[in-house]
Amino acid sequence: MSTNKVQIALVLPDLLGTYGDFGNAVVLEKRMTWRGIPAEIVSVKFGEPVPNSCDIYVVGGGEDTAQTLAVRHLREHPGMQHAAARGAVILGVCAGIQIFGESFTRADQVTHPGLGLIDSTSHAGGSRAIGEVIATPADGLFEGLLTGFENHQGRTVLGPSARPLAHVKVGTGNDGSVEGAVQGRILCTYLHGPVLPRNPQIADLLIEWATGAKPAPLDLPDVTRLRTERAKAAGVSL
Amino acid sequence: MQEVRLPNTPGADPARLPLRTAAAVRLGNMSSKLSQKMGLGAGGMIGGRVALRLDPQALAHLTSGRSVALVTGTNGKTTSTMMLSRAMSFLGEVATNHGGANMPDGHVTALSKQPDAPYAVLEVDEGYFPEVVRAASPAVAVLLNLSRDQLDRVGEVRTIEKSLRTALSSVTGVVVANCDDIMVTSAARDSANVVWVATGTGWHNDAASCPRCGDPIRWEGAEHWQCTGCDLARPRPHWVTGDGYLVAPNGMKVELSLRLPGKFNQANAVMATAAAAALGVPVEEAVQRLRGVSNVAGRYRTIQRSGHRARLLLSKNPAGWSETLTVVREADHPAVLVINAHEADGRDLSWLWDVPFERMRGRQVIASGERATDLAVRLTYAEVEHTIVPDPLLAIDAMPPGPVEVIANYTAFRDLNARAAQ
Repeated sequence: MSTNKVQIALVLPDLLGTYGDFGNAVVLEKRMTWRGIPAEIVSVKFGEPVPNSCDIYVVGGGEDTAQTLAVRHLREHPGMQHAAARGAVILGVCAGIQIFGESFTRADQVTHPGLGLIDSTSHAGGSRAIGEVIATPADGLFEGLLTGFENHQGRTVLGPSARPLAHVKVGTGNDGSVEGAVQGRILCTYLHGPVLPRNPQIADLLIEWATGAKPAPLDLPDVTRLRTERAKAAGVSL
Repeated sequence: MQEVRLPNTPGADPARLPLRTAAAVRLGNMSSKLSQKMGLGAGGMIGGRVALRLDPQALAHLTSGRSVALVTGTNGKTTSTMMLSRAMSFLGEVATNHGGANMPDGHVTALSKQPDAPYAVLEVDEGYFPEVVRAASPAVAVLLNLSRDQLDRVGEVRTIEKSLRTALSSVTGVVVANCDDIMVTSAARDSANVVWVATGTGWHNDAASCPRCGDPIRWEGAEHWQCTGCDLARPRPHWVTGDGYLVAPNGMKVELSLRLPGKFNQANAVMATAAAAALGVPVEEAVQRLRGVSNVAGRYRTIQRSGHRARLLLSKNPAGWSETLTVVREADHPAVLVINAHEADGRDLSWLWDVPFERMRGRQVIASGERATDLAVRLTYAEVEHTIVPDPLLAIDAMPPGPVEVIANYTAFRDLNARAAQ
């Protein structure tokens, strides 16, 4: 940590911020500051170098063009990859899961190299997956259900070094069976909503990874109510 | 800027319509009336749907011989359409689809109801714009702004920009476009006759990278922008929107004195004035006519209820909410925020996190609507104190007596407006 605050890098929100994923950074920041852990958001815009000193990196979803530009930018300014090598925490959502992998192949069959942060490849599926998702934790990674909204054409296949985040009950996720990826301290998901407001247990898992300590319980009745509502809407009881 | 030749035909006289269209229009009008009588709907679309089924060319035939203005963009379509139709009434009778039925069935219904009007002003859904341009050969096309809206239904902004660009490049009439919006500028730039309007409004969060080449857009001051990779840059405006006034291309300054609140309605007014002027309406006449608009399909109206004066405001997407939150900032009234997520709203509520709800801190706020809980979580993290009352009328009742601001998204507003009218 370069300062006494936990620094959350919001990476290219002007390119990869199409689906409100800015909210993930806000949730991390608030859940820490409310518990007395000083934290701040560092916004890294398109055209600016990516710092390698942050503790958590949050990467959101974006359109195809934006995704290509983001990869180009992150290659030119590899601060996040350097941080990953020293064990920084990274959350990649939607486009994030695709660009973090070894490669992603678009509907036009052109294959683009990814950042190689996780052992996965992505390709365009036949149809766009749109709708509410409910998934159960893989390997006891977290408690309760994973809930969110997906809107993507990509399908992702994990290699042996990456493991799934969850098993899909309702929706599509990576391939209709598993959802997301975890490799070291990099956590990826297709889910918007955004994902952390809907899944505080995942937010706290990332905070635990970043601070080295399990954060104190934090009861937010609206969040509990929302999780129950969304699960019910998807036909699942929480 | 090129003068637009006005058609000298008296309108789409039913007697001059092809037989098939005339029959389709008659049956369509009958369906509209039947639908209204049976209480099935307002009849805004069904008539057009029937007519289009019987004659797929109905829109082309019904616009033929009229001078047509089309209005599209993400926000402000309904208001600008109403303003432009008021301004164009200087020239003669105007057929228009006020009320927001902005797809081809709505256009056919509106045109069928006023077959003799020589002018038409049509609000057009962005997705249907290319199809309507082909059918209607507009004398004027108005492009207000482009930003993220209902990503699961409408699609991504850049896709919309490209399809509008292709459609607008085929327009032989005048294109009136907002040069403070990067996406709009890119979409309109290839057209033959563009009138650029500096509106002072634009949502820049979707345009960090150039829609043409992908390189970063650089801002110089608050006004000028240009791409760092290609020649896309803010064009020199013909019309300029000031704080409460406009400056016409000849340098004339005209006070707007609108009854509608907010900077974005001033932008709508200047866009409408520029479009009306392109068709030959004198600037002062246009402004005088559109300034009287005060209630657009129930929006901005105030309802009296249980000791409350509730002002109803519609906002559908982050850019719209951001503008509306600025309007309600003028006073510290309690606010009821109403959110639904039906197909017409977009089922994905992720966009709530793109709205700066932090501005509501310190104010009395109730989260309402079918998705009140999603909003409540957003407000929690924005550190805005709130309670949850899912029924918006009961939420108004729960506020202390006096003025209340009610901001609702599309179906929430529609339902509330209908219930408030009962």
